[in-house]
Amino acid sequence: MEKNIHFKLNGKDVRLTSSPERMLLWVLRSDLEHTGTKYSCGEGFCGACTVLVNNEAVLSCQYPIQDVSGKEVMTIEGLQQNGKLHPLQTAFMQHNALQCGFCTPGMIMGAYSLLLRNPQPSSREIVEDLEGYLCRCGSYNRIIPAIQTAARTMKGQRS
Amino acid sequence: MKDDEYIPFNEEKGTESIKLDRREFLKLLGGGIIISFSVGDLFALQQRRRGSGYPEDFNAYLRIGEDGRISCFTGKIEMGQGIITSLAQMLAEELDVSLNKVDMVMGDTALCPWDAGTFGSRSTKYFGPPLRQAAAEARAVMIQLAAEHLRTSEENLISKDGMILMRKKPKIKVSYAQLAKGKKIERHLEKKPQIKHYSKHTISGKPADRSDGRQKVTGEAKFAGDIRLPGMLFARILRPPAHGANLKNVDTSDAERMKDIQIIRDNDMIAVLHKHRDVADKALGLIKAQFEPSTSKLDNTTIFNHLKDTASDGSVVTEAGNLDEGKSQAGKTFDKAYFNHYVAHAPTENHTAVVKIEGDKATVWASTQAPFRAQGEIARVLGFPSQNVRVITPFVGCGFGGKNQGPQIVEAARLAKLSGKPVQVAWSRKEEFFYDTFRPAAVIEIKSGLNSSNQIVFWEYHNYFAGSRSSQPFYNIPHHRVLSYGGWGGRGGGGSPHPFGVGAWRGPGSNTNVFAIESHVDVMAEAAGMDPLEFRLHNLTDDRMKRVLRAAAKKFGHSFSKAPSGKGYGIACTDYLGTYLATMAEVNVDKRTGEIRVDRVVCAQDTGEVINPEGVRMQIEGCIIMGLGYCLTEEIRFKDGRILDENFDTYEIPRFSWLPKMETVLVDNPEMPPQGCGEPAITSMGAVIANAVYDAIGVRLFVLPMTPARLIEALNKEQNVTGDKNRSIPLPTIS
Ligand code: FES
Ligand code: FES
Repeated sequence: MEKNIHFKLNGKDVRLTSSPERMLLWVLRSDLEHTGTKYSCGEGFCGACTVLVNNEAVLSCQYPIQDVSGKEVMTIEGLQQNGKLHPLQTAFMQHNALQCGFCTPGMIMGAYSLLLRNPQPSSREIVEDLEGYLCRCGSYNRIIPAIQTAARTMKGQRS
Repeated sequence: MKDDEYIPFNEEKGTESIKLDRREFLKLLGGGIIISFSVGDLFALQQRRRGSGYPEDFNAYLRIGEDGRISCFTGKIEMGQGIITSLAQMLAEELDVSLNKVDMVMGDTALCPWDAGTFGSRSTKYFGPPLRQAAAEARAVMIQLAAEHLRTSEENLISKDGMILMRKKPKIKVSYAQLAKGKKIERHLEKKPQIKHYSKHTISGKPADRSDGRQKVTGEAKFAGDIRLPGMLFARILRPPAHGANLKNVDTSDAERMKDIQIIRDNDMIAVLHKHRDVADKALGLIKAQFEPSTSKLDNTTIFNHLKDTASDGSVVTEAGNLDEGKSQAGKTFDKAYFNHYVAHAPTENHTAVVKIEGDKATVWASTQAPFRAQGEIARVLGFPSQNVRVITPFVGCGFGGKNQGPQIVEAARLAKLSGKPVQVAWSRKEEFFYDTFRPAAVIEIKSGLNSSNQIVFWEYHNYFAGSRSSQPFYNIPHHRVLSYGGWGGRGGGGSPHPFGVGAWRGPGSNTNVFAIESHVDVMAEAAGMDPLEFRLHNLTDDRMKRVLRAAAKKFGHSFSKAPSGKGYGIACTDYLGTYLATMAEVNVDKRTGEIRVDRVVCAQDTGEVINPEGVRMQIEGCIIMGLGYCLTEEIRFKDGRILDENFDTYEIPRFSWLPKMETVLVDNPEMPPQGCGEPAITSMGAVIANAVYDAIGVRLFVLPMTPARLIEALNKEQNVTGDKNRSIPLPTIS
């Protein structure tokens, strides 16, 4: 049975009718044409589809749309503020922390949620937290310092 | 590349089924100054391109637009390897413009001239030099035009940052944009113009950030699966459970009852289509189908014997001297076999394609390393002339050789034709593992011998299905013979040696060959009573190779001892199509769990002239990390035609926690033209880790990947051997 579902996507109200067990990933990618969030393994093993729901990282390929009702969803498209890149985005560019870039949106969203919980993570903490995120191009060694650079920039912005 | 970054394409003109003449072709590009040039063998090119609708005497070109922006049109594609940046650097350098003025238009069959495909670390090596010359020619044209414009002679002029200025009075100047305005000039590069000496470079040879970074961190970068078209349907296709399993019967009635589902049956293909992919998925799950069992009876334990049994007669890859003579000189002889299992490409982006058909024209967006091959295939399937098929390659999420072939493109084309709608086919991860053209399982046997001064005097090499790249000995061995009994590719099934498709995998052939060769060299080094670095230098006459070994050793900082030293140091070197490299590693082995932890990897690489040092380092690092996978865990398990690894839960690829400390040394060699760098450094990983493991615990693994189970098994065998110190290395286990 289809249901009406309301939620906020990157700060904007979204209302749609959908069968409630459909996964958020597909609603984002096909119904809402937000294609920044990627499909890679489809079964919760790679992190490419990571988005934030109420500021917590979730794997959207495993997250039924009914569970976002009344919540705030943030995707990679919502990270820029008024056309200004988020420090994580700038730092990923600065450190060349990507090659093909397919894992990048998920990585950045995962890192974003980590920094919310832990604003100055050590490299060990980054490794532990992002262990479930796969990068076949092997950019891991650049992603870690990129996250730390972003953490420093964000600290500077706060103080 | 974003779709809207493509030059507007005049479909009328661009897809006429008559052959385009040069004038029409150039008209597509608009005004400005165009320099066309050819890469590689023009005759071969003309043969292959005949009838494709393109002018036949060039296969790449660049344009100085009326806005002063420079575009380079090439059929090469960007899949993470960074040529979008390094090629732009070469062009910007020679033309004297800043890097951000250059647009790379890549892999669009309507705008870019024919190209065989992007693989083999060839783009910079083969495409780079003529691109440079074309850019130098373009600069010469600018100077000519400026001389007319400024009413002076050419000698008085210099080029700088997109401007031509008077040498003596630099205030008097004219920009490329002004010069190109209203012009329509086409030049074909005939003679080779003078290019800059590397010592004058200010853009090339300097680290440059990825020019595609911004699109990729914002989620704006479009991959094939991100293409959205009005009315587009997502297709999911019924697949057999095993290779070689044929469909017996099928019942689609439950799926048919779902709302808005379209079901298409076309010979062997049964597909469900819906505007949402997950709904199509659900419908697919409702199809009940029965298949005959596969006729294949092979699995991971029987494959190596099977490969040897089915091998055809060997062909000689290279030989010198006389093996019998070499054998008679040898005091110590060695006879070992090395094995590796099937390995998946496992790109993050699954094979994907979108096809839109309008009338007798098709537009295709595909994750492919070979857009022109795809164009030909689709034309054949649809019965269209090639020039009516436009293949656009958006960004590609990893290739590694796995996207040279594109069966998903053909599937999407068939379904678009039958459904009358634009169709997207994006394989699931399970399909990706099922239809991958795996790196082949392979067997290498080496017999060799040392004389009394520890020189390798003979080398007999038997290669079963690895592919022959990097199998030519680079040590100084007077009597050698390298035989190959079958290459790396093949469709699989039927009478072929492999139960499923196999193909090129990042550094094809070389990963297996270097594992075998450089493991075997260590076996001999130990018998010679020498440390593995000393033994290599002792048997090398190639100074370039000695230089990279020394450079790596310097960075590594530890000295090697005769193995096993207990320290866990490994070494391996190789020549990959002209790129030389030496890798050294430090590992820790947990004898209880059998786990190997790679703590540090140093790689020194001589890749000729370096265009983008940052890009080269990224490729080396990526190679090291990806290489750890096939060394330690990656192995496709299969049984009776079924692929047992279906996702990343059981098929383990490297993760954050595997990360070793990595150090790269770029050995300076600017006199040599640039060589490839996307693949070389991965090829030495098997041997460097196997050698380091042996150095750590005195147990050698002859099978890749070196899983904990294999290590424990080898350790147990070791303990069962009596304490004879002069025993031979344990025989390989085939498991
Ligand atoms: S696509 Fe969701 S975890 Fe891989
Ligand atoms: S950048 Fe390619 S998978 Fe991470």
